[in-house]
Amino acid sequence: MIVHRSDWEQAAARLQAGEASLVALWGEPGSAHMALLDQNEIHTLSIACDGGRYPSVGRLHPPAIRLERAMRDLHGLEPDGLPDTRQWLHHDEPYRFLPAEGESLHQIPVGPVHAGIIEPGHFRFTANGETVVRLEERLGYVHKGTEQLMAGAPLERAARLAGRVSGDSTVAYALAFAHAVEAASGVEPPPRAVWLRALMAELERLANHCGDIGAVCNDAAFVVLHAQFGWLREQVLRTAARCFGHRLMMDCVVPGGVRADLAAEGQHALRVLAALVRSRFPELVEVYDNTESLKDRTVGTGILTPALAAQFAAGGYVGRASGRAFDARRTPGYAPYGELEFDVPVVQAGDVNARVWIRVREVGQSVALIEQLLAALPTGSIYAEARPSAGEGLALVEGFRGDIFAWVRMRSDGHVERCHLRDPSWFQWPLLEAAIEGNIVADFPLCNKSFNCSYSGHDL
Amino acid sequence: MRTLLLKRLVQGPLTEPAPAPDAAALAELGAQVDRAARRRLGRSLSIREVDAGSCNGCELEIHALNNIVYDLERFGLRFVASPRHADVLLVTGPVTRNMREALERTYAATPDPKWVVAVGDCARDGGIFAPSPACVGGVSRVVPVDLHIAGCPPTPLALLSGLLALLEDASKNR
Repeated sequence: MIVHRSDWEQAAARLQAGEASLVALWGEPGSAHMALLDQNEIHTLSIACDGGRYPSVGRLHPPAIRLERAMRDLHGLEPDGLPDTRQWLHHDEPYRFLPAEGESLHQIPVGPVHAGIIEPGHFRFTANGETVVRLEERLGYVHKGTEQLMAGAPLERAARLAGRVSGDSTVAYALAFAHAVEAASGVEPPPRAVWLRALMAELERLANHCGDIGAVCNDAAFVVLHAQFGWLREQVLRTAARCFGHRLMMDCVVPGGVRADLAAEGQHALRVLAALVRSRFPELVEVYDNTESLKDRTVGTGILTPALAAQFAAGGYVGRASGRAFDARRTPGYAPYGELEFDVPVVQAGDVNARVWIRVREVGQSVALIEQLLAALPTGSIYAEARPSAGEGLALVEGFRGDIFAWVRMRSDGHVERCHLRDPSWFQWPLLEAAIEGNIVADFPLCNKSFNCSYSGHDL
Repeated sequence: MRTLLLKRLVQGPLTEPAPAPDAAALAELGAQVDRAARRRLGRSLSIREVDAGSCNGCELEIHALNNIVYDLERFGLRFVASPRHADVLLVTGPVTRNMREALERTYAATPDPKWVVAVGDCARDGGIFAPSPACVGGVSRVVPVDLHIAGCPPTPLALLSGLLALLEDASKNR
């Protein structure tokens, strides 16, 4: 819906008042778009930017600030009243970090090349002795111009790009992109494809959660669990490779369906995997829960308040560990999850331990979902050819990290005209800055791993 | 906890046998690696990983090298926290404009003799991101590359055979 300036400003005011949540905010030359979650429904607003300008949403609603800085960099759109006009995804100008003033403060610059095998980003800590007074993130190092590459791309190439926005969420991204394209062109994927997609999505969640729980333990120097959870993750990836031909299941989900069918042998492998996780996982969780030295590190560390999680509409385990009961599989919901039984675990504590526990509970849910999906897997084809037609579509898909938003505008020749993919990390990264405040520097890796935000997904 | 440890003791190791060194990688290396350097380093190499623009897919599989199934350290290969401790830079991604300087500085901070291994299809020539103005292209556009390991992302086994070839090459001409 194309709106006037006043309606746009009113929407920003509603976000500020907490009457709606910001789902996405993106631009293209000449116009800006906003997606809101209001009464469990997603609404979109578009505004024509006369002279490249539009009223800033971030002026009233801070979660929009980084998105608007990115829109400025990528499309030259100038948000009137944006409180922070430093570049974000572009790094052409010298960067001024925000000042922190007081006695006995010192700064610790970290990155972009980190000590571990992780993605690049810069963290500027201001500390008083051991205690972090302020953390400021600077991101954009892995900005690859994905949106620009999407513009005008043939559908197949665009789908491959979508699957490479954030490698750990390749299934979820490919799924979000496919949903958006299918909404734009009115294509219905066959039922078997829909169920296979869900199988892949749950496998991806399972693999990532196992890896993350282990990595949090590792950052608390508890190596046994890291080894054991890492082994479980490896079993999930191997099963995925056996079933769908790729360990991370890259390029398996495409608009119109899926590329790889699941043979009887694959179904058996998945049942074996589900049984393996059911037998191995609980004993590992029990060790986590009964090791006081480990819990001493995770309980009460890096607390994110429910108020902030709600303001930023934080998705995934970050939101659900701080009282925000949101899961895109439920709201707005998509097939086949309406026909499946699963819980969306929520706790209030908001600390590292809570984010671990949400993952632990979700592992159980994903295994149960995989079993349900296998038990009632429809037969038939796995792909429906999309007829080239012009149109717009959007989608919200629950990745392991949180809700991924996709918007696409298709041209009549079947190529992508524009596409925007919003990673859940956009609304989680700023919260990490809040959660670390008052914690000691040595606990930052723990906090960071418990959030496990995406750099590549955010930097686009 | 004790039960878990005891069970694992009885069960035996979960680590799997090593794959053969990659023949193609051996050929690529043979032409490039300096003999004196090989002599000095022997069979132990320290690796510094640099993500210069990857989607994180390659990092996930490089991470897997450290798990108990592949257990990279048994070969004398280990990941280190600083380029100043490293013999090998393992670089991923189509190098982005925003990571170019960081990669150059990491390379400069690595003491000689050093190798650069470009991991993944993006690191070879920019891959699917090659046409983007935000990317510089393959790793060799920025720093000299000794070995490419293909894949999107390469599997841990492919990574392992590539790195074993590097090790083989480094020690065979002592």
